[in-house]
Amino acid sequence: MKRFIGFVKKEFYHIFRDKRSMFILFGMPIAQIMLFGFAITNEINNVKIAVLDQSKDTETQKIIQKISNSSYFTIAQEIKTESEIESVFKKGEVKAVLVFEKDFIKHLQTQKNAKVQVITDATDPNMANTISNYITSILQNFIQEKNKNNKQAYQIQTQTQLFYNPAMKSVFTFVPGVMTVILMLVSAMMTSISITREKELGTMEVLLVSPIKPFQVIIGKVFPYIFLSVINAAVILLLGYFVFEMPIEGSLFLLAIESVLFIICALALGILISTLSDSQQTAMMISLFGLMLPVILLSGFIFPISSMPLPLQVISNIIPAKWFIIIIKAIMLKGASFSVIWKETLILVGMTLFFIVVSIKKYKIRLE
Amino acid sequence: MKKEKIIQVEKLTKTFGDFTAVKGITFDVFKGEIFGFLGANGAGKTTAMKMLIGISNPTSGSAIVAGLDVATQADLVKKNIGYMSQKFSLYDDLTIKENITFFGGIYGLSRKQIKEKTQQLITKLEMQNVADNLVGSLPLGWKQKLSFSVALLHEPKIVFLDEPTGGVDPITRRQFWEMIYTQAHKGTTIFVTTHYMDEAEYCDRVSIMVDGVIEALDTPKNLKQQFNVESMNDVFLKLARNIE
Amino acid sequence: MSISVQNISKSYKNIKAIDAVSFEVNPGELFGLIGPDGAGKTTIFRILTTLLITDEGTASVVDYDVVKDYKAIRNSVGYMPGKFSLYQDLTVEENLSFFATIFGTTIEENYELIKDIYIQIEPFKKRRAGALSGGMKQKLALCCALIHAPKVLFLDEPTTGVDPVSRKEFWQMLKRLQRKGITILVSTPYMDEASLCDRIALIQKGKVLKIDSPQAITANYEKVIYDIQSKNTHGLIHDLKNYPSHYSVYAFGEFIHYIDKNADFNLKDLEAYLENKNHSEIIIKKAITTIEDVFMDL
Repeated sequence: MKRFIGFVKKEFYHIFRDKRSMFILFGMPIAQIMLFGFAITNEINNVKIAVLDQSKDTETQKIIQKISNSSYFTIAQEIKTESEIESVFKKGEVKAVLVFEKDFIKHLQTQKNAKVQVITDATDPNMANTISNYITSILQNFIQEKNKNNKQAYQIQTQTQLFYNPAMKSVFTFVPGVMTVILMLVSAMMTSISITREKELGTMEVLLVSPIKPFQVIIGKVFPYIFLSVINAAVILLLGYFVFEMPIEGSLFLLAIESVLFIICALALGILISTLSDSQQTAMMISLFGLMLPVILLSGFIFPISSMPLPLQVISNIIPAKWFIIIIKAIMLKGASFSVIWKETLILVGMTLFFIVVSIKKYKIRLE
Repeated sequence: MKKEKIIQVEKLTKTFGDFTAVKGITFDVFKGEIFGFLGANGAGKTTAMKMLIGISNPTSGSAIVAGLDVATQADLVKKNIGYMSQKFSLYDDLTIKENITFFGGIYGLSRKQIKEKTQQLITKLEMQNVADNLVGSLPLGWKQKLSFSVALLHEPKIVFLDEPTGGVDPITRRQFWEMIYTQAHKGTTIFVTTHYMDEAEYCDRVSIMVDGVIEALDTPKNLKQQFNVESMNDVFLKLARNIE
Repeated sequence: MSISVQNISKSYKNIKAIDAVSFEVNPGELFGLIGPDGAGKTTIFRILTTLLITDEGTASVVDYDVVKDYKAIRNSVGYMPGKFSLYQDLTVEENLSFFATIFGTTIEENYELIKDIYIQIEPFKKRRAGALSGGMKQKLALCCALIHAPKVLFLDEPTTGVDPVSRKEFWQMLKRLQRKGITILVSTPYMDEASLCDRIALIQKGKVLKIDSPQAITANYEKVIYDIQSKNTHGLIHDLKNYPSHYSVYAFGEFIHYIDKNADFNLKDLEAYLENKNHSEIIIKKAITTIEDVFMDL
């Protein structure tokens, strides 16, 4: 046991003294989550829009006021006719045009339903999408506020519930996604690199020719990363929860257990990689191309699995990240209990055991 | 014999942070001379050599190599010298011919020149049978001989050899030194570092660096007389003892 | 026997790294494997330290078989591989205490054994191993290999790339360790270090050429070697090589080593020949045979 503690202590020295690992461990998760988070939620700032107000009443003025008061939009121009819309877009400055229908206030008061058209410049589809989402959400907000002071508009509120916020939906997919990527990166790549580094330095030779047992070396290598990965997962969840208001509906305990399971699975993969490679470089290449790309592309993190061609859908099944993303989404968004996700959990456990067995079989007690 | 100075070093100094690796060394190397540059590990040998071959800038002082200032004309210096180190010499995954062609190209030799040189060199080294073999498959001694010849491809005035014979067997080591002698006779200046003290005896003059300073510089014979010892090894031990 | 090697061979792909090597090392002996890079020294070390398995032949260390009883060997030997295998980002002290821990001991427990060596690097104990000079790294690596008081010490090229001063100190340390009863197997490409061993095996291209004490090896060398010197060394080599009855001619330190084909050859003839070739300040005298001379004639 003393041997093991000594070994773990040494591993922590390695990690804390290497600026690169420290960055990957702690800088990266925060940077990634912030990048993804703000790229999707707050990217637009002072976007120029034009307004075609065919009603010119008090309500439309209030709405225009509200939009131009937000830091996201600047009303650059007011246009008079629909025919001007195209020419405004062609100049390229204005990214969106807001069109209020005629008799806006009348429709709102009598039919409790008025129409605003948001026309966006879709040459940049992401931008267009984000802009229309923002405007929609400002309008929704406006109506909600209005309803507070107006009992008779209660029905409108039910109508506005149809409004949905796709921007927030993106946040919900990227927090689990980023968490999966980071845990995979930290656990698999860092362990495989730290084991192959010893091979490269020749210290592995000395460790082999010593009474310390191979499994002690492996567990000693892996232990610090379990610890650090758990911290990482916690940081990501906290950031998601506090900065991006990502809900955690289900049991925190279950979430923690599942995360640890995934971490162990990734670590086992890392050990497996290290048994296959002799240099840090190879280990890094295998981790990046063999693990990171599939995790990012095939796990459903960025591209929905259901819209993939069939062969890729089949392949995605062997990627542990896919199952982990399903699990944490279910826990965080749907508040699912273990009875709902036991199948996915079982698959992950199976994969983990498989990797552990293979890497123990593959682990060499000699140099060849 | 008129002695033409080909390397002139004046108060050459290199500082890393608050650590001075080379402390104002001054010496000259003459044309056609075999100059042994010795020193213990960490004495500043490598740092000094890096400045002379133009890959590290002096903190102060000056060094003129083949008439060129290493601080301001580093690129020209590199063109006029040959360099061979124990660590990086040739590409293991290229054949002998490919290596020669590659390095000839780097030094701006024409296609025709490269072709001629390749033939010459392979014949001289008696490597005709292995010319298309990967360099990685050659014995170490052969590699070192080959890489010495490659360092001479562009007919530099000076060749810098950084521990060229480390780990090489005794016979090949001698063959290597015979190549050095032959080259020196043609007028090429040889600047060499080594850990084999018997090789120090083969040099025309030897400098011994201790702790960033050149402690001794003379012919092996005079050095032995000066320190009243039998061999260069003893000279070295006397000078470098208890430095670390 | 502390180490016993019987007819071992080992190939990598189609290259034979070692070919039917046999030797034995007595308890408490300082045994040297002498040979250039690529001779197969490291392969022998790795087989004896249980890191590689032989293709043919058997080997044992302190009566344990290197294949069957590998665990027992790993518990009782100290090993210092070719590159000083230290953790560059750990300090001197941390390296040492790490190796002590994994061998299930402490620095204090075996301090007596490493004291002589450790005392020299102790002033730098807070320095990271990566920032040490070659000589200090070598000493630290030796301390790490010794910290569990092994019965047998394997040192693979401990002096390569280390300057002559550190090399000399290192051999003095080995002698002291030997006196404490540790069996030492050491390899080196430096022929001049051979004479510091009790017995040596000369190795080249995977084959053992000779095994004996260095004194016996040089004493049994039958040919007579002459030290020859003149003002023009390079010309001298050239001219001697053209002397009809020469057997071998090679530079050796400040002299040329010359061996003649005939046992009864006349020095005067040679001197006259050299004078005729315009050599001046000619010295010709009998040389002391060294291991290097023998090695080159094998």
